[in-house]
Amino acid sequence: MDIIKIFLLILGSFVIFGISGMISGWLDRKITARLQWRIGPPWWQNFADFLKLTGKETVIPDRANEFLFFLSPAIGIISVVITGAVLLSGIFYKPARWDLFIFIYLMMIPSITIFLAGAASGNVLASVGAGRELRLLLSYELPFILALLVPVVKYHSAQISEIMNYQMMYKINVGYISGLIAFIVGLLAFQGKLGYVPFDVSEAETEIAGGTFVEYSGVLLAMFKLTKWILLSVGVTFFVIYFLGGFHNLITGILKYLLVLLLIVLIKNTNPRLRTDQILRFSWGWLTILGFFALILSLAGF
Amino acid sequence: MKKVIVPIGPYHSLFEEPEYFALYCDGERVVDIEWMAGYNHRGIEKLSESKHWDQVTFLIERICGICSTSHPIAYCNAVEDLAKIEIPERAKYIRSIVGELERLHSHLLWVGLAGHFLGYNTVFMWAWKYREPILDIMEMVTGNRNHYAMMKIGGVRRDIENEDIDIIKKILDELKGKLEMLTGAVLDDPVLAARLKGVGVLTKQDIKDYGAVGPVARASGVDIDVRRDNPHAAYNLVEWKVITCQDGDVFSKAVVRLLECFESIKIIEQSLVRLKKIKGDIAIEVRYIPSGEGIGRYEAPRGECYHYVRSDGTSRPVRHKIRAPSYVNIPTFKASCIGETIADVTIILAGIDPCYCCTERAITVYDADTRKKLFDGKDLMKLSQEKTRKIKKQLGFKEK
Repeated sequence: MDIIKIFLLILGSFVIFGISGMISGWLDRKITARLQWRIGPPWWQNFADFLKLTGKETVIPDRANEFLFFLSPAIGIISVVITGAVLLSGIFYKPARWDLFIFIYLMMIPSITIFLAGAASGNVLASVGAGRELRLLLSYELPFILALLVPVVKYHSAQISEIMNYQMMYKINVGYISGLIAFIVGLLAFQGKLGYVPFDVSEAETEIAGGTFVEYSGVLLAMFKLTKWILLSVGVTFFVIYFLGGFHNLITGILKYLLVLLLIVLIKNTNPRLRTDQILRFSWGWLTILGFFALILSLAGF
Repeated sequence: MKKVIVPIGPYHSLFEEPEYFALYCDGERVVDIEWMAGYNHRGIEKLSESKHWDQVTFLIERICGICSTSHPIAYCNAVEDLAKIEIPERAKYIRSIVGELERLHSHLLWVGLAGHFLGYNTVFMWAWKYREPILDIMEMVTGNRNHYAMMKIGGVRRDIENEDIDIIKKILDELKGKLEMLTGAVLDDPVLAARLKGVGVLTKQDIKDYGAVGPVARASGVDIDVRRDNPHAAYNLVEWKVITCQDGDVFSKAVVRLLECFESIKIIEQSLVRLKKIKGDIAIEVRYIPSGEGIGRYEAPRGECYHYVRSDGTSRPVRHKIRAPSYVNIPTFKASCIGETIADVTIILAGIDPCYCCTERAITVYDADTRKKLFDGKDLMKLSQEKTRKIKKQLGFKEK
């Protein structure tokens, strides 16, 4: 019975977050386009892109490590789907007591697969990208965890659904000063996880021509694209649940989702790309300090 | 030390045209740089020897789509210098107007591209959106958005009507506000400043050593501008000033270019006011180009554009030498890129506003004794294939 449940959960996660991810990705593209006086693609553009990529030839470079080259997109997509399943388990089943930490752990895996993909490609540009991705991972992970710990301290629980319920009973997380700071810090760190400007150093098409993905094509690239879309959707959903009170009312829930998405897109479109050392300084400096500050504030009860 | 070559080019998303930069990297740090041009050689100098004097103006417009009026102005200056022609006053103002409109659109184009190279696509699109009205003016005045075909030996080919002047003024007034907004947004952005300040610094000495020109030189505090130093067209008849910065980094290059836009608008506005009052011809008839030599210079958006022509009294130039600005600006990368990271090098490469049409050259090797051509197409092909094989072997590719 349990296995069927788990299977349904994962399938559900794939379908829900896959579709909402593609739509979110389209919203991102559309809003970006409107900000830049362009018209932007129609709503089914990402589905079409995905479909087209799956029909393309997959080229494997001579010098690539084929095993890792194939494995990393697969692990990437599996990890984000399971991440989504962890979020969904809070709604449909009795979730694990410490599922927040499972979530944090799983959210780290896509970045690692991107690093592996770059390292396995056997291309100079890809290996530069891989090095950058690793440095990026090191820089945003600490503030991200700090930001997520703030509600844990406040509600004495590390269960995502419980934190959501507490917010319904009392006050949403961003209503507190500490929660607001943690939300901002977490969102900026998440921007890095997504690889969006200003933290898109590992892809940086105008510097290293796509970086880690430079050798990828066809189905494998499609899998990476899907990974990014699902990650976007899962991340935004998590922020809504964790900081903004969740989806108890579906309409306000969707509005909250759009608000967080809009914030991410706006940050993306009003900044140039930072250098890796600047990202490191910014994350370990400002973001980490703010994260600790929020943690102390939440300990003091603000 | 094992060096890794990070290739930028020949085809790379950073560039719109083929050009090859080999960055020798130690980790992310660039320790050496090599560049190679000439992927798109068209033999313009040779071609122009086969055209008669008036046709050449149209040919050299095709050197570059962006500075497509700078080359004709420089060439006309050269021929007029050779034939000792003084052009009518009205033509002078029209030349200045077209030249400055081109500078405006070229600088805005650069701002957009620089934004794009930094991943700041909003600036890219906004700058290009603001560039659009200038191209509209161009279309209205000259009939074309690019390749205006306005210049002619002895004057200009088209007149600017009085009704058009009012429309141009209106568009420019609207543009000024937008430009101020864009300048503010770019120069006050703390993140952009963090990316651009202190990056790719060229000292005054570097500029003199490499002979760099244009905004690149002016950003390093070298006060040169052909428009002022070698007055022609209407540049000595209107009020304007040369913008210089002292720091020499990419940020000051952006400052110089953005502020130059306002100077260009100033020049155009004054010229338009005068143009309304001046009556007369727009060109004088030139029937004969005597034998001799002539030099023409013009401050193209990227720097000094230099043309030399020699005539033997026939209807064609016997020699036409062009020195385009990017060709002298690109070697400064040796001074500005080494020691920087890859991320910075890309914006330094973009910082001089390289125009690859400017850099296309071909070299022919002759034997010193027999004066015989040493390498023909087949030899070069063979050499290239051998080298590819050698590099592949070095890198450990499997032979197929």
